[in-house]
Parts: sequence; structure tokens; C-alpha cells
Amino acid sequence: MSKQNAIQLSGVSKTFDGFKALADANFTARWGEVHALLGENGAGKSSLMNIVAGLYGPEGGSLFIDDNPVKLKGPKEAAKLGIGMVHQHFKLVTPFTVAENILLNLGHIQTSGLYRERLRRVTDDIRAMAARIGFDIDPDARIGQLSIAEQQRVEILKVLLAGAKILILDEPTAVLTEDEAERLLTTVQGFAREGAAVILVTHKMNDVLRYADQVTIMRAGRTVKTLKPDAVSVDELIRLTVGESPAGQDASPGGRVPGEPFLRVQGLRSTGGRRALNGLDLTLNRGEIYGIAGVGGNGQSELANALMGIPEAVSGRMEIVGEGDLADFDAARRRALGIAAIPADRYGAALAGPLSIADNFALGDIHSGRYGPFWYLNTRAIEADAAEAVRQFDVQGVRSLKQKAALLSGGNAQKLVIAREFSHPPQLVLAHSPSRGLDVKATEAVRERLRAARDNGAAVLLISEDLDEVMAMADRIGVMSAGRIVAEFSQPADRQAIGQAMVNHV
Amino acid sequence: MTLITSWIGNTPEFAVPFALAALGLIITEKSGVLALGAEGLMLVGAVAGIGAYLTFGQTAVALVMAMLAAGVVSLLFALMVLVMRINQVISGLVLVFFCQGLTTLTGTLMGWTNQPVPGLPAIALWPLSELPYVGRFFVQNLVVYLVPVIFLIAVWALNRTTPGLRLRAVGENPQAADAAGIPVLGYRLAAIVIGSALIGLAGAFISVLSTKLWISNMTAGRGWIAVALVIFARWSPWKALAGALLFGCIEALIPQLAASGIKLSQYFVFMAPYAITLGVMIWVAAAKRENRSQPGALGTPFIREERT
Repeated sequence: MSKQNAIQLSGVSKTFDGFKALADANFTARWGEVHALLGENGAGKSSLMNIVAGLYGPEGGSLFIDDNPVKLKGPKEAAKLGIGMVHQHFKLVTPFTVAENILLNLGHIQTSGLYRERLRRVTDDIRAMAARIGFDIDPDARIGQLSIAEQQRVEILKVLLAGAKILILDEPTAVLTEDEAERLLTTVQGFAREGAAVILVTHKMNDVLRYADQVTIMRAGRTVKTLKPDAVSVDELIRLTVGESPAGQDASPGGRVPGEPFLRVQGLRSTGGRRALNGLDLTLNRGEIYGIAGVGGNGQSELANALMGIPEAVSGRMEIVGEGDLADFDAARRRALGIAAIPADRYGAALAGPLSIADNFALGDIHSGRYGPFWYLNTRAIEADAAEAVRQFDVQGVRSLKQKAALLSGGNAQKLVIAREFSHPPQLVLAHSPSRGLDVKATEAVRERLRAARDNGAAVLLISEDLDEVMAMADRIGVMSAGRIVAEFSQPADRQAIGQAMVNHV
Repeated sequence: MTLITSWIGNTPEFAVPFALAALGLIITEKSGVLALGAEGLMLVGAVAGIGAYLTFGQTAVALVMAMLAAGVVSLLFALMVLVMRINQVISGLVLVFFCQGLTTLTGTLMGWTNQPVPGLPAIALWPLSELPYVGRFFVQNLVVYLVPVIFLIAVWALNRTTPGLRLRAVGENPQAADAAGIPVLGYRLAAIVIGSALIGLAGAFISVLSTKLWISNMTAGRGWIAVALVIFARWSPWKALAGALLFGCIEALIPQLAASGIKLSQYFVFMAPYAITLGVMIWVAAAKRENRSQPGALGTPFIREERT
């Protein structure tokens, strides 16, 4: 082993609540190179790097810094070893100035002198470092007044001034414009040329092709391969990133004849500051599952919120054919029309955790008078219906119907949501990442329900960041990028072409 | 004429407890801990001050013991909000009621109630004390003159030292402070104890130096006014000092009105602090100026998250 390895991880694994985020991951980055860590959302890139930064403790495997074995007790210790990570969500104190924020972070470096003097010295250091790497930052500016790109530069200055030699950037270009991203990546390439090790966590193919010296591809918690990006074709990189169809999970066959249009979305646009949705059009027909694929953060959550009636500032039309605009309907009207919503945040948006399972089930029908008039609640009727639904939808782990819904595991909570939403035959199903975090059996149960709804003539919209899921379920697939549907595919669809649309669109 | 002179002259004595309590609250709240227990801690300081004077016979010892007592009682509050992460509003209210009972009990059991103490002699700041009308403003006891010094030290510590910077970081964004290796709970504990000691001093000022005796529940709502004052002053110590003078001025007016023959129901006097507090809250809410100056993490317990 040569002395040029900055970081070496071998056989690292990490489990969160029974979900294996990392399984036997191996990674080596050398001094003087920009090393990209490429993969889809949830591939385990951030988890792996959080282990290097000392935020998570690994469950197995070993970590070498500069070819010495180390065990990190926390982020402070990682910083002492020269590891600096710029997180996707910045850790800055907004009312403070740039200099104050950087001074805060220098705790592990012994500096003496009066506060005023230290602050002045830090200010000088910031100016010097900023000039050297070509950042235009006023050390006396308050963080709250800076743009996102400027805040990111502050984060980079922060780790550099704390003495980082190994720089980890977690999705640094996600929040930047093209120009800003180019400037940033050119700068970090400069660090590598001066001998530092730069690790670039990203899901953008372009970043990798243009700036990385090496790329390690991750998929489902495993490091798939490490190679030089110019040694392979883009198609090969995409194939490694999105993978082949997992065995035993074939794509939806296609060839179905969809029914009448049911939901027509036209020119949906975010009216807030960030253009999360930027003129999205789509038509959803009865008797089909329309899958929305795409890299996370391209407006999927905003679309789901707008359609499900979760507050979201949008303009444009979301027309239920023959009924009117979805935005004008209150919850009761939505129920009457047979609109079923399965939000991504099942504990936060779909269930009332502290209420009982029976109460959660009854919430959907409480207005109908089925469980008594407003001054009297027929708990016996509620419990009878809930018991029937729990049995029919196979909700496991129910010791009593009076047990709190929050105590249900992810998969069973999701089954309870579906049991309630499907208690009347739905006309339109809106599902956002319905199988996220569920095990294989629960996932299959959820999918079976969605297919059954479609076969009964409902229009089903499936928004998922998991391409496998979309491929397996959808009759038609729309690829979402930068707030719009940029490509549509009918089954049988070409996985490579979808992957390309997901990452290559500008 | 004499009415106005003595009104102006009495104002500092009424203002000091507000000022010290507000400063203590600001120090605690800058760390992100919502402190509503001021009324209770002032009572602790008040009874401890009298008790210590009656025991040791030294005013200085009495004031120091008052600060210690309030600091020790605040450890209970710290245990509730930092370690057990009980709702900070409820913890603060419980602290007030607990201290009301505790101080009444202690004062009665020890026989400290209605025992007069001598206080401190007034010092005239010559030649200011010879000015017409406002001269009596500059004839006060030593502690009154120390208040601006205490404020100066506190402002300097908060804004011009590294521990002060860290304290404010903990109150604004504990996650960022934690990532920078700052012990969040340690700083919050220190802020609670130091702030509470100042609040205790405010209470002792009332009992030992102003009223010169202990009566059960003698702070009569001043702790709540201090809470309102902090909001009114937007967590700025200097504005709080100015506000304390204003409130002290209003409070000093009431005995003057009574002396001039205007009949005021005692119940109106009892109600006044709460009415003022309510009024300030409504005014701040109606002014609708976004409370940018409020510490960002005020009232939020800190929990380190394994997974973000």
C-alpha cells in the first residue's frame, strides 16, 4: 500500500432501524484527486461520508486516514485529523457574521488573545484565504444576508480555516445555478491540484464527467465500482448507477388500454421564491398507473403537496375532468370524489400518532354520519369497521384497536393509511413514495393494493424516487426534472433511456 | 413640586429590580432557554437576603447569599428543561408556584416575616445631587450605582468575548454550535444559573434595600413585568435598562398619586403589573415588527440527532 491514500474505508456497514443503509462498502480516495461518489438518492453516499466525518459510528469495517487505522469518536476528532465536511444543510448561525461563524468553529485550534484581537485575526485569515481561492466574501457580512451560494462558500472557508486537508462536499451543486456550480467545482479542483483530497458526493453525471479524477459508484448501500470517468462511456456510468432490473421484479408489461382522462395538470408552477415546479403538465387517465420518476429534489414533493392539498404555493390548473379545479376542493369534497392520498410522511401527514388505530381509521368517514351525529360518537361501530379493515388489509402488530397509531411499524402504518383511504373504492389515488422504508413483504402488499385500484378503474399517480418501483408498477412513466415532466415513456420502456432522461436533462 | 422631586428621586429604586431581573432573563434566554420563573426566583432572593441578613448581620453577605440561593433553586429548573426536556413554559410556571410556596413557608418557619433590616445608606453624588428637580435622582444606595456597571460587564461578556459568542450561538442554532464542538447543555446550564443569580439579586434588592423587610409574596408581579420587559426590549440589555427606568417611573408614580390625595383602590395597584404585562404583549404583537432579535432557538430543547 503506497503512502498516497488519504482515506480508506473497507467493509463498512451501517443499519438504521433495521434498514441496511450501508453493506460492506469499500472506498479509497488519494491525495491530490477529486473523487466523486456517484449514486441515486438513498444509495448510501451521505451515510458513508458521515462516517468519515465522525457523525455516525460504523457497525463494521475499518477506516484508515493517511494509511493509519483510526476510530473516530465524533466530528471534533475528525476535524483534528484534517477532515472537513460541507453538509447539504448548512450549519451556520444566521444572525452572526461570517467571521463570527468561523471563529465559533475554531474551538479545537488553540488561539490566544483577546476576543477583539482573535476576531480581527480570523477576519484577516478569511480575507487571505478567500483571496487565495478566489472567493468574494465579506467577513463582516451577516449570514442571513448572503445567498445560498455565498453561504456555501462560507462553509467551505470554515472547514479550510479549521485546517481540513480532506474536503467532503455533500451534493454541493444541488442548490447552485450552472455558473455557480462551475465556479465552485473549478475551485475545489484547484485544492486537489495543491495536494488535498476532495470527495464530491453527487448524483449529477455532468459534475463527475467534467471535474472528477476518479469515481466510485454506489447502489443500494454497496460500492459497485471505482473507475476513471474518462475510461468509460456515459451509458456505462448510467448503467452502473441505475443498475439492471433486480431479479424477480419485472417491469410492468404494458399494452394496457387506458380509459378516459381523469386528472389534467396544466402549467403548474411554484409561486414561492424557488422554482420547484416550473410549468408542469401531465394527464392521468382512468385505469392506469402513471409513474413519476426522477432524481429527488426536482419538484416531486411540491407536486405531491399541491395535488394532495397540503399547503403549497402554486399557480396553474389541476383539473378533475368534469368537476373543477382540485385546488378549490376542501377535504370533504375530495373524499366525496373518491380521491385517496398516501403522503410520503405517513406519520406526519397521514396519521395522528397519539390517537388510537380505530380513531385514525374513522377520521376519513367521521363527517358522513356513519359513526353517529356530531354530539355522539358510536365507538362500537368505529371499532367494528376498524377491526374488519385491519383484518382485510393485513395490518400486523395490532395488539388492541385502542393502541396508538404511532406505535405501528412503518409498513403497518402505511397499510392502515391505505385501509382508510381505500375504505370506499377510490377514483383517484395519489401515492408519494408509498413503499419507502418498508420491507419486501409490506412493499408487495402496498403495490398489490395500488394495482387492484387501477384494475377497478381508478387513476393512480405514483411519485417515487425509486426507479425500480416505477418500472415495476407504472403503465406510463414521466420523468421529472427541474420542476417539469421532461420525457414520457410507455411500457415496455427502455430503462437506460429513462436513466438518461433523469440525469442528462439540462 | 415636592411631589415631582420625590417622584424622580424614587424612580431608580423602583427601576433597579426590573433592570436586574430583565438582565438575568436576557442572559438565560440568549442561550435559547425560555425563562418564565423570574417571579419565583425573585422571591427566593428576597427571602434568602433577609434571612442571611438576620443571621449574619451583613448586607453584602445577604446579597451574595440571595444570589446563591436563586442559583441553587434554578438548578431544579435546569434539571427539568435541560435533562428531562420538560416543556419550558410549564417548567417556568411550576417554578413560580413552587417558589411562592417555598418562600412563604421558609419565611414563616424561620420567623423572618416583618423583621425590619437597616439596608444601605444613601450616597449623594455631588455635585449632581445639588441639581434642581433631579438632584434626588443622584442620592441612592451603592447597589443602584452598581447596576450600570453590571450591565456594562454583561453586555461586554455577551458581545465581546468568546464564551459570549458561543452562548449566543447555542441560543440561535444549537445544531450548528454542536457541530462546532460547543457543549450546548453546559452553556445553557451556565446561562440559567448566572441569569437566575441576577434575578435573585433583584429580589434581594426589593426586600433588603428597598422595603427593608420580608413579607410573603412581596414581589407582587414584578417578575412578570420583567418577562414582558425583555420582550419589549427585544433582548437588548440597554433597551431593557431604559425600559426598566420607564416602568420604575410608572411604579414610583403610584405612591405619589396616593400622597397627593387621589384615591386609588389597592386592588387596582395589585392588578397594574399584570395589566402592564398584558398591554406590552399586545403592543408587541400589534406592532407586527418581526421579532428578528428573539434568539432563534428560544424555547426549543436540544436533542442531538443521529440521522438527519
